[in-house]
Amino acid sequence: MSKKTLIPIGPYHPLQEEPELFKLYCDGEIVRDIKWETGYNHRGIEKLSESKTYEQVFFLVERICGICSTSHPFAFANAVEEIAGIEPTNRAKYIRSIIGELERIHSHLLWVGLAGHFLGYNTVFMWAWKYREPVLDLFEMITGNRNSYAMFKVGGVRRDIENHKIAAIRKTLSDIKTKTDLLTGAVMDDPVIHARTKGVGILTKQDVIDYAAVGPTARASGVAVDVRKDDPYAAYPLVNWKVITAEAGDVFAKAEVRLLEMYESVSIIEQCLQGLEKEKEGDINVKVNEIPEGIGNGRAEAPRGEVFHFVVSDGSNSPARHKIRAPSYVNIATFKKSCIGQTISDATITLAAVDPCYCCTERMAVVYDAKSGRKIMNARELIDRSVSRTLDLKKECKSNR
Amino acid sequence: METESIIKSFKEKFPSDILETVEKNQKRVTVSIKPDAIINAAEYLYKSAGFRFIIASALHTKRGFEIHYHFSKDSCGLILNIHVILDRINPEIESLSNMFSASNWIEREMHELFGINFLNHPNQEKLISEGNWAEGVYPYRKDFKSVTDEKE
Repeated sequence: MSKKTLIPIGPYHPLQEEPELFKLYCDGEIVRDIKWETGYNHRGIEKLSESKTYEQVFFLVERICGICSTSHPFAFANAVEEIAGIEPTNRAKYIRSIIGELERIHSHLLWVGLAGHFLGYNTVFMWAWKYREPVLDLFEMITGNRNSYAMFKVGGVRRDIENHKIAAIRKTLSDIKTKTDLLTGAVMDDPVIHARTKGVGILTKQDVIDYAAVGPTARASGVAVDVRKDDPYAAYPLVNWKVITAEAGDVFAKAEVRLLEMYESVSIIEQCLQGLEKEKEGDINVKVNEIPEGIGNGRAEAPRGEVFHFVVSDGSNSPARHKIRAPSYVNIATFKKSCIGQTISDATITLAAVDPCYCCTERMAVVYDAKSGRKIMNARELIDRSVSRTLDLKKECKSNR
Repeated sequence: METESIIKSFKEKFPSDILETVEKNQKRVTVSIKPDAIINAAEYLYKSAGFRFIIASALHTKRGFEIHYHFSKDSCGLILNIHVILDRINPEIESLSNMFSASNWIEREMHELFGINFLNHPNQEKLISEGNWAEGVYPYRKDFKSVTDEKE
């Protein structure tokens, strides 16, 4: 039997909601098996939620994830409003959808940047994060916070987007659109990116159904699951847009889906802004008297996929049980299918393709010899290996011209 | 319309196992079944009716341990909750992980946090607190006392 090398990645992913340790078992360059350990930062939020009032739970669930911080309050609001039988006003619905879509744009830009970084394309990283900045500024203008916006409450939203702010939002959106064109052109037409991502980390349609994967991970494999379309909530039934899918299931398809989704998000926000102009300013709240006994299933489409909240109410002012399922919970399990048989240099981008943000590789990944326990490679060398492969491909492309 | 035909055919398929059906609206239906029927019910939903498994939620209530298995029919936005009530002293139920991998992690989690035993699970190890939590102490049960509870 050949000697297998163990490569630990993790445990702390600062940008990921669930820090995890991935153990890649490698035979030479090829990943043969993958195992993981979770729970390094288990906060017991489901249990904590039972000791908070409904209003407080919004602030708690907002802190589950730092990047898609609005998707959890979104799903929780849907669940509680289902129990109470409340329908928010149209203006509140438009504002909710605007926040949700702006968040999708900044999260996808963040992903494109990180993916570029791990392929050795730091220009893509710089570009994407530079273009993400105006989105965060926009958030600061309309919610007061660059992140964790605290906009949601049962029956509506906390702050209105006044009509005089709409022009500024439109201006930023048109900027984002031109920048996305630039970025999409750079990523889609680059022969080296094609060589590094096409046919890498393929997830088949059957794997997606078996693991019940959601979001861009599923849509890149041809499974058109999108809660915004399947079970419309907030303003999504009021606007026109389409679900982006791709068939290949590889890293390139996942990038393609995310980049094209940003155009749909821009279009949704533009239509929501038109809707906002027709509604009366300040009409953002429905009065809620009590949350009756019952169960509520709330879901929302986060940038990474479906967020699901299950709330059991016993008629008191706090949930009796609150179950939360984040999209990464089902998506990360698909590594078992997509990573095996890949080379080590491709494993980094394959793991990153699911979008469990990957900056921890920089600090944590160390290659050990499984038998002697001797350190072979550190994180820097691991990334260098991925970068040098891109450089080789670039040279090859040049000499072929 | 689609929801009604789905629920009707589900009822016809398992006439003796269904205890109660609550149709809140066209998109949210809860069906209580006998725990013994979970494998057949899940197999029918996943393989024949084209449902996607979202997640399962365990509850510790006065009636004992309860599990809601949440299934989603994405073509019509339906969430079907399959509800089972398990024994108060020795909660156990058949695992669904041999049918689809999606339930693997959540069953390990429920085993760890609630102490529900999943029969024939391929790998019922701890998911979250491997190596740093006492055996036989289940933090999500209602009778669990945390450190702050004990101080009071």
